[in-house]
Order: sequence, then structure tokens, then C-alpha cells
Amino acid sequence: MKITSLNDLQEVREQGLALLHPQKIKISVGMATCGLATGAGKVWDALAGEIEKAGLDIALEQTGCMGFCQQEPIVSVQQPKKPRIFLKKMTPDKALELVSSLQNNAVNTEWILAKDESERFLIEDKTVPYDISEAPAVFADIPLCTDIDFYNKQLKIALHNCGYIDPGNICEYIAKGGYTALFKVLHEMTSEQVISEVKRSGLRGRGGAGFPTGVKWESCRKAPGTPRYVICNADEGDPGAYMDRSVLEGDPHSVLEGMVIGAYAIGSHQGYIYVRNEYPLAIKRIRRAIEQAREYGILGENIFGTDFNFSIKINRGGGAFVCGESTSLMASLEGKIGEPRAKYIRSVARGLWDKPSNLNNVETWANVPLIINRGADWYASIGTDRSKGTKIFSLVGKINNTGLVEVPMGVSLREIIDTIGGGVPQGKKFKAVQTGGPSGGCIPERLLDLPVDYEALTEAGSMMGSGGMIVMDEDTCMVDVAKYFLEFLEGESCGKCVPCREGVRRARQVLSRITAGEGNQGDIELLEDLALTLQDGALCALGSSAANPVISTLSYFRDEYEAHIRDKRCPAGVCPDLIEYYIDPEACTGCTLCARKCPNEAIFGEKKQPHRIDTEKCIKCGACIEVCKFGAARKRSEGRK
Amino acid sequence: MITLTIDGKEIGVTEGTTILEAARMFGIEIPTLCYHPVLSAHGSCRLCSVEVVQRGWSRVVVSCLYPVAQGLEVKTNSERVLRLRRGIIELLLTRCPDSERIQALAQQLGVDKPRFERDEHECILCGLCVRVCHEVSEKHLLNFVDRGFEKEVAAPFYEPPEECIACGGCAYVCPTGAIRIVDGKPEFLWQRNKQRSGEKDG
Ligand SMILES: Cc1cc2nc3c(=O)[nH]c(=O)nc-3n(C[C@H](O)[C@H](O)[C@H](O)COP(=O)(O)O)c2cc1C
Ligand code: SF4
Ligand code: FES
Repeated sequence: MKITSLNDLQEVREQGLALLHPQKIKISVGMATCGLATGAGKVWDALAGEIEKAGLDIALEQTGCMGFCQQEPIVSVQQPKKPRIFLKKMTPDKALELVSSLQNNAVNTEWILAKDESERFLIEDKTVPYDISEAPAVFADIPLCTDIDFYNKQLKIALHNCGYIDPGNICEYIAKGGYTALFKVLHEMTSEQVISEVKRSGLRGRGGAGFPTGVKWESCRKAPGTPRYVICNADEGDPGAYMDRSVLEGDPHSVLEGMVIGAYAIGSHQGYIYVRNEYPLAIKRIRRAIEQAREYGILGENIFGTDFNFSIKINRGGGAFVCGESTSLMASLEGKIGEPRAKYIRSVARGLWDKPSNLNNVETWANVPLIINRGADWYASIGTDRSKGTKIFSLVGKINNTGLVEVPMGVSLREIIDTIGGGVPQGKKFKAVQTGGPSGGCIPERLLDLPVDYEALTEAGSMMGSGGMIVMDEDTCMVDVAKYFLEFLEGESCGKCVPCREGVRRARQVLSRITAGEGNQGDIELLEDLALTLQDGALCALGSSAANPVISTLSYFRDEYEAHIRDKRCPAGVCPDLIEYYIDPEACTGCTLCARKCPNEAIFGEKKQPHRIDTEKCIKCGACIEVCKFGAARKRSEGRK
Repeated sequence: MITLTIDGKEIGVTEGTTILEAARMFGIEIPTLCYHPVLSAHGSCRLCSVEVVQRGWSRVVVSCLYPVAQGLEVKTNSERVLRLRRGIIELLLTRCPDSERIQALAQQLGVDKPRFERDEHECILCGLCVRVCHEVSEKHLLNFVDRGFEKEVAAPFYEPPEECIACGGCAYVCPTGAIRIVDGKPEFLWQRNKQRSGEKDG
């Protein structure tokens, strides 16, 4: 069916609502990559098998990431006249038990993470209460989603559908108000009005640099030459980041809708989604979304019955980090080597095949329909002075609640880490948080009250980046961290320009030397000189920001560098060449476990007598510390001369 | 006609001219390594970097690619620029310590000994040979292979290209002498490297 009128759209919406809220039990399994990695596929198989075997009338559906990755696999259950519940850490066994317990109304409450008694329809700004007239008494003590720390500081805008709808079904997207923004744009708005709305909203690029989106669209629209291209950057190469993947896997239509709106505003008829090949599920989901959008007359010719045409092609990238950079991405799209070019003539004027091209990040696109629906004023009311709306982060590392979080701009890093993230595990002390991806920086404890804001993070020597957030605890060596990111960048440098190809390598070599206890006086100055060469000299932002991990750790953790260089000591006890393993004779019970586990037979001693480590033979693998039940095996870094 | 100032000197050139071309027209010297007037600019060695000031905002750009603009103020020899060039040439001298051209440039810029452990490369990956073969000889036999520090210039399958007409353009433009003419034919670095590692293995 091709949708050409509001009535058509309403009809599809009714179908979608019936699927979203069937008048029977419905189980949704969070099956984005994060869920699948923890076993959601097996949970799904168990549920599907059991439902079929017992011949039950239960709707079973796949959905996207619900955000709380630490608790995955997560399954949500809707039962008529009851609150919706979210079950954590599901297993196939629990799934089987769940199906039978649903029959006799006795879901194990220990599995329940939280409940929902109503549902948000963000686009229409309304909250529809569920009928909970038959809520079991035991549900009374279960917290609402909005009451648990992980969710209550969040504001889900770009992720509003993720984990709520079946990403494989366009009707459910439409049921949540999807494609009404596009309908309005095509039928009621001029390109200029769309651009002005996006400009007024204050939306800035979520891919890293934070360029104002409406301004970019306007320059592209005004650039001479046709055709014009619209591109979605789904390359997402930052280690540990999965914001864009989750949006594509959980709500692909939001990105498509944003792109068609952008294309209309810019005057483009051809779009591309450049997505890394390592994201097979995301690719599958967008492919399906594109097919369905075509079927419903939302892509292709005469969209929504108007004379506007627009198609989207998917291009899979080979996984080079640099191909996320705008000009490299376009070169790669053209089938050329993924190398950047100078941007003195910008891509909006001369980009893909030398034509005006507008590139935006996945999350940027996903925000667009909401801005049209709820208006620029609403959007601009969220956030800080210069940074509007929300930002999605993937919160990883030494943090209790790993997950995908979306917060309004302006929230402090402390709130994200302590409240949403639940702090650092095992009572360890927080040390630093790394934001902005591999070329971002490390922010220390004393700056944690900084707000999430493009300028504030840049001033602190880091950057917003695309949203990776890696938390580090006291057991982290900051010199080692800088070395890690430089190793990554050294491997990912395209090798075109001298400062990046040679400079990043030399900086990494200096860091390797320092962590190996072979640092010299003057190494810090050497690193600072290299940083300047990179900042001023590199061709693209990969190289010009490659020094950030070094500079930020140098400015906040300089004493650690000095300890390595001067005292040949690693204060965090990480760098293998600077530490020594030993057994505390007072604590050792002579259980012999460590001696048996040591792969290099470096531990000796009589049964029931304190053991000792032969430091010559010790390969510093840490096996003894791991197995010792008495905390007798330890490591120290006392320094050498 | 566009007027701009380079090192305080006001000059007028036609639109589309690069800063480097404009500077050279007026006898202002800027060092280059990956640039050749008959080839497209690559912008990879970054040696030709200059400082430009526009609307009170200063930044460093490569002059071989940056188009002139009305009222632009260019500084080809500011401390910031010289410092960057020294940084770059130190990196190149580390990579190719035996290249005479690099040594001469380093000396000019006041860098005598790099502070990093020296490498034994011969090629600086300026891409002049690649561009000559594409743009002048139109044979398209050479290109870059691999990325980052592993990047190198090669012909398909690391074989001596059969279609090579031995025009010698690549050897002529190569600033480091990495490509030589042996028996009337170009001998490429990868061929010598292959030979060397063969000798080592054998
Ligand atoms: C080395 C490098 C890698 C990048 N990788 C990505 C990426 O994976 N995804 C992305 O959206 N932007 C990436 N960017 C930023 C893009 O160049 C570009 O600014 C962005 O896609 C523009 O979209 P936006 O304005 O919506 O943020 C990268 C930039 C650099 C320098
Ligand atoms: S071989 Fe010579 S011309 Fe070719 S890239 Fe290397 S240095 Fe440049
Ligand atoms: S001469 Fe301009 S970058 Fe090499």
C-alpha cells in the first residue's frame, strides 16, 4: 500500500497500535547486538519453542536495545490489565519458566527489573496509562522504570522507540507517531521553513565536531550544482561506542525519516547510508526498513503522493576508522582509497563525485523528525546555551551499570557516572573518564561536575565526540591509557600526511619506551613538540586531535609520567616492566594453589609454608593474584634507579 | 583579481590561484616536497604550511592547496609556521636519514639531528611518482598500497609493470632517489626490498 493521505497514515497507525498492544500477552525480547551477545537469541528460541509447543496465544516480538546492557538479556512482558514488566538477565531456562508462570499468573518477581504503568508518545507529547486494573499485589513493590536511578536522569528522545517497537515493522514506528513529521514537511512546509526550523532548534552534529546541522543544510542547498547528495554516517569506529548501531538496530525508520526530511530541505534525490560491515544486524534492519518504506510510498517516486522523489542506497564500509571522516567516507563511497582530502572547499559545495553533499551522523538524523513534530522551541528548551537537545552515550569500562544512556545536554558527568552508571564497581576509586573516542581526552575526578556540552568538554581538553564514555578506576595507568589510544590511532592512520603517519608513530614509540621503564628526561617535551606538529600539521582531524589523549593525561596526570620516567615506577601497578609480583609471607597459608596455577613454575615453597616467587622466572601474568584466596599474592612497583 | 598580503607584501592574483602559486609568482619562497607545478596538488608532506589570518582568526593551512581569498593575510615565516616545519622535517629525517634533499631542507630549517631513533626508509610517500604515472604518462601503473606506516608505493601484485614505457617520469620527480633508472627501466623500492629480504633469507 502506498500512503498518500493522512487517512492512509492513520489506517497504518491503527494496525501498528494493534501490534504494539494486542489484547493478549505479548513478550518482547531485546535483540540488538548487545542483547544477542549476552544470549537473547537463545532466550528467544526457548520462548518461541515453548509457546508453539504449548499452543499458546502469546505474541512474541523482537525489539531493540532497552539501554540497560548490564542487565541483558532483557525481556518485556505485557499482559492485559497489568503493568508492563521488564525482566532482567534472562536465560533459556528462565524463559521456559516464564511462559508457564504467565499461564498461572505467578511471574518470579525477583527477575523483574522495573515496571511501566503508562507509555510515552513523545511525538504527540502524551502519556497513555495502561489499564492496570488487575495488577497483582506483588507488583506494588516493583519500582517504575522512571524511579530507578539508571533511567530517571535520562531523557529518551532519539532513543524513544528503542526497546519499545519492533524495528522490523514500519507499522509500529508509525503507531508511535512516525512519519507524521515527513508528511507535514512534504505537504505543508517549504524547504526554507524546514531549514529554518532545524536551525532554530540548535541541533548540532552528533558525529563529533558539533557543527550546526541547519547551517550545513542551508549551505548545501545553496551550493551550485546538481545532483546533491545526502549521506548518513554510520561508520562508528570509536572503540567501545555503539550508539549509532543501537539506533539503527532499534529504530531504523527514525533515521530514514530524518534523511528524507533533510533531502527535501536540501533538494536531493539520492541518499547513501555508509555503514560498517561489522554491523550485520544494523545493515539487515536498515535494508528491511528501506524495503518497507518503499512499499508504503515513503521512499522512491512521489513520496506520500507528492512530486518529491528520493531513494537511499546502503554502502558497507570495510571498517577503517578514518573512513568515518567526511572526505574519506566520500572517497570510499566513490570506490577510491579511503583517504581524506583538504577541506578548503567544503563537501557541502564539492563532496561526493564533486557534487554538493550533506553528511550527517545517524543520531543527528534521528533527531530531525522530533524537531519537526515538536517544534524548534521545544527542542531548544532542552540543554545548555550552546548545546541543545540530548546526547546518547555508551557508558562502558569500570562502571556498575554499563549501558546506552541518553541524557539532556547540561547534565554533569558526575550524574552520568555516579547516578546513572551507579559508580565504580568493587569499591574502587574513580580515576578518570575518557570521552570523545580515541582522540578525545581523559577527564579527572575534580572536573566531574562539568556539564555535557560541546564547548565545556573541549575546554577541558577532551571533546563530546560521538558519545563513547569509558570510565577508569584507580587501577588504571594513565600513561598506558595514552599508549593504548595512540596504538589504535597509529594503526588507523591512513598514512597520507607526514605529521599523522610519522608523528603518531613516534609519539607511541616514546610512550612505549616510558612504560617499559626506558623513558628519558626530555621525553615529556618531546611528546609536547609532537603534539604541536600534529595539531597544526595534520591533514584531517584524526591526526590533529591524535595528541589529545597524551596532552590531557599529561596535564591531569603528569606525576604518573614523571614516576615512570624518573623513578621507573608505575603507580597504578599496570606496566609489566615496572612491577614485581610477590607473596606476603604473613598472609600466605601455603595452600600451594598459586604454585600449581603458575604457568611458568615460578612459585616455590613447601606445603603449609609461605611460598615465594622467583622474579627471574615470573612472566607477570597475574594468575597467582587471581587464584589466591587469601590476598597473599600481590604486585608492587617500587621503582628502580 | 584578488588582493591579499603575503608577509606584509600586498599582491594581486586571479581567483583560483593557490597561496603557493601566488607566493612564487612574487618571488616568495615556500619549501615543498610533494608539490610539482605540472601535477595536481596532494597536500601530504605539509611542509608548505603557512599561517593565514582572516577576520582576526589565525590558522595553519597548506599553501599548495589553499585558494587565495580577498583580504587574506598570509605569513609564510611566522614562528608558528617555522616550528611546524621543523617538526615535520625532523619526522622526515627520522624516516629517511640518508636522503640528501631531506638533509638539505633540515639544515635550512635548523634541524641537525632528529631526536628519534632513525629508520632506514627511502620513500617519503609524497606520491609524485604515482601522480606522474597517472597524470602525465597516463599509464596508471603505480599507486599506494596499505595504510599508515605500512603504506608503500607499488604496482599491481608487486610485479614490474609490463605496460611501463620507461618514460622515467617517476624517477625524475622522486625527491629522495627511491626510484632509480637501471638498464633503462625504473627500479622501484619494493623490488629492491624484495631482493634485500631475499638475500637475508637466503
Ligand atoms: C577520524 C575521524 C573519524 C570519524 N568517524 C566518524 C564516525 O564514525 N561517525 C560519524 O558520524 N562521524 C565521524 N566523524 C566525523 C565526521 O567527519 C563528520 O564530522 C560527521 O559525520 C558529520 O555529521 P554531523 O554533523 O551530523 O556530526 C569522524 C571524524 C574523524 C576525523
Ligand atoms: S618513490 Fe619517490 S616520488 Fe614516489 S612517493 Fe616515494 S618519495 Fe615520492
Ligand atoms: S607541498 Fe604542500 S603539502 Fe606538500
